[in-house]
Amino acid sequence: MSLLQIKNLSVEFGSDKNPFRAVEGLDLTVDQGEIVGIVGESGSGKSVTMMAMMGLLEGQGRIVADQLEFDGKNLLTISARERRKIVGKDISMIFQDPMTALNPSFTVGYQIMEVLKLHQGLRGAALKARALELMEMVEIPAAASRLSAYPHQLSGGMSQRVAIAMAIACNPKLLIADEPTTALDVTIQAQIMELLVSLQQSQNMALILITHDLAVVAEVAQRLAVMYAGQVAEMGKVPDIFRHPTHPYTEALLKSIPEHSKGAHRLSTLPGIVPGQYDRPSGCLLSPRCPYVQERCRAERPALTPLPQGAVRCHFPLYDKESR
Amino acid sequence: MFSFILRRLGLLLPTFFGITLITFGLIRLIPGDPVEVMVGERTLDPQMHADAMHRLGLDKPIYLQYVDYLHNLATGHLGESLVTKDSVWKEFTTLFPATLELAVMAMLFAAVFGLLAGVIAAIKRGSIFDHGVMGLALTGFSMPIFWWGLILIMFFSVKLGWTPVSGRLDLAFDIAPRTGFMLIDAWLAEAADPSLNAGAFKDALKHLILPAIVLGTIPLAVIARMTRSSMLEVLREDYVRTARAKGLSPARVIFIHTLRNAMIPVLTVMGLQVGTLMGGAVLTETIFSWPGIGKWLIDAISRRDYPVVQNGILMVATLVILVNFIVDILYGIANPRIRHAK
Repeated sequence: MSLLQIKNLSVEFGSDKNPFRAVEGLDLTVDQGEIVGIVGESGSGKSVTMMAMMGLLEGQGRIVADQLEFDGKNLLTISARERRKIVGKDISMIFQDPMTALNPSFTVGYQIMEVLKLHQGLRGAALKARALELMEMVEIPAAASRLSAYPHQLSGGMSQRVAIAMAIACNPKLLIADEPTTALDVTIQAQIMELLVSLQQSQNMALILITHDLAVVAEVAQRLAVMYAGQVAEMGKVPDIFRHPTHPYTEALLKSIPEHSKGAHRLSTLPGIVPGQYDRPSGCLLSPRCPYVQERCRAERPALTPLPQGAVRCHFPLYDKESR
Repeated sequence: MFSFILRRLGLLLPTFFGITLITFGLIRLIPGDPVEVMVGERTLDPQMHADAMHRLGLDKPIYLQYVDYLHNLATGHLGESLVTKDSVWKEFTTLFPATLELAVMAMLFAAVFGLLAGVIAAIKRGSIFDHGVMGLALTGFSMPIFWWGLILIMFFSVKLGWTPVSGRLDLAFDIAPRTGFMLIDAWLAEAADPSLNAGAFKDALKHLILPAIVLGTIPLAVIARMTRSSMLEVLREDYVRTARAKGLSPARVIFIHTLRNAMIPVLTVMGLQVGTLMGGAVLTETIFSWPGIGKWLIDAISRRDYPVVQNGILMVATLVILVNFIVDILYGIANPRIRHAK
């Protein structure tokens, strides 16, 4: 059985009369010890999905799903109190901007120890020792003295390491990294990704990597979900998708990676933006931007169709060249 | 931390100097001198007036008077009242506990209810509670202390008879001042002799409630509004989301991770409100015949009692500065980024 099973998840914001679906009919499974990448443009619902799953939307979003299960527990019917026993312990999350993700009023040590006290009941010397061990695990130099440092005394890379230490403190089964390297320098990005992957392997935890950097996904993830406007456009194994994308959007994303654009051609781009609340097309959500668009695409919204190697949401998937 | 405190102390000296200049100057700008006021309507022989002024040292050029004043201050002499001949320091220390007791109770009332109302209003943003509290806060802030005090007296003291109209304690009690704080003195006296002083503490408390509410109303309103807006700002911060993602209880997220940061501007406002509190104490003490320094200063001004006015105000101002200084230090504790600023 999968560690995380999400079936037909929708998240709505706004009033009942004028709702906006940030996430629509999302399916996702994550197995133990697996790395799954979720990619998509800004506003495609990547983060919202994960926040909804962890109960971090704080009553702002309405969450509907056929199934939302983690480690055999139904997250839809669970009480807030029960959920808090899972969140931060078995599922934890690190965020995009490490400089604002840590509380400026408390020392780094306090913030790490807070999790350990809450979920593992550690006290006294054992607590401090474990915090120190975690700081060393995330490769913070002079860890002992850094325990009493405040977040403003750390660099962005260091802060992200602290955030990671906090997230892995209770040996979570699932770690969600929401664009963990976007706010960092390129050299630091590689270090942090390396650290995440090595921790994922040594702790045998599942890792969901939210990013818009396809290169990172290609390097570390086993499976990939491509999201577009709150829906999964394509899902499958990383090598398959990178070699033979079946969704026009995935293809466009891959083409826009500079390394893939060889020769003197201009870098390929996908014109237009993700549709917002008021300009959603009635047919396929990609239809206004899709280079292969046909009559049927404008009229009818495609469903997520299972394929041998994954799933795709397109009337005319790219493997099926004859039907075009 | 130590150098932080030293730096702040250094900044206080010019402020202190400015206060002496202003109090010294302002009281002399009011027409009439102490001798004229003392004599009143009776005609005064110019020679006697000059003699009296000379005795008081008020015939010297004004800059020399100021230098004398500073010299006395620097050597720790606060002078004597021209009217009672008691030392200013003694009068101040006798009356100050009454004002302090009132101010502390008012601030306590304002801080507890202001913070609570502000926090709840922020959490339940847009609710009826939020709108109600913010409306009331605006009303409270705009309320003239004098009018508000009289309304409360009319309703609670006169109509309902729940609280006494004025003073600190019922005349039936005879309690020796030990600490100067009536609540403590009454409690001590009651504990020492329960048969004679039964109910003294309750009576002192009853006397204190209305003035404290009147004096605390404006700070309460300011604190509630400031807390709300500051909380709303901090609640949107990423680190609050991080705190939730750790699985912390809502109470811990609100009171530890959010309020701690939201308190920073609120603390500043609280410190500034101490000034308002001292100003308000003058009015409140007058309405409730509360024997504190507010009333003392008003009397001194009308008597042109220069030493009392100069040094009384100087001491009150010093207190306000001191409180703001303490707030600065607290600010450094609440906000490590300030403590480490070079």
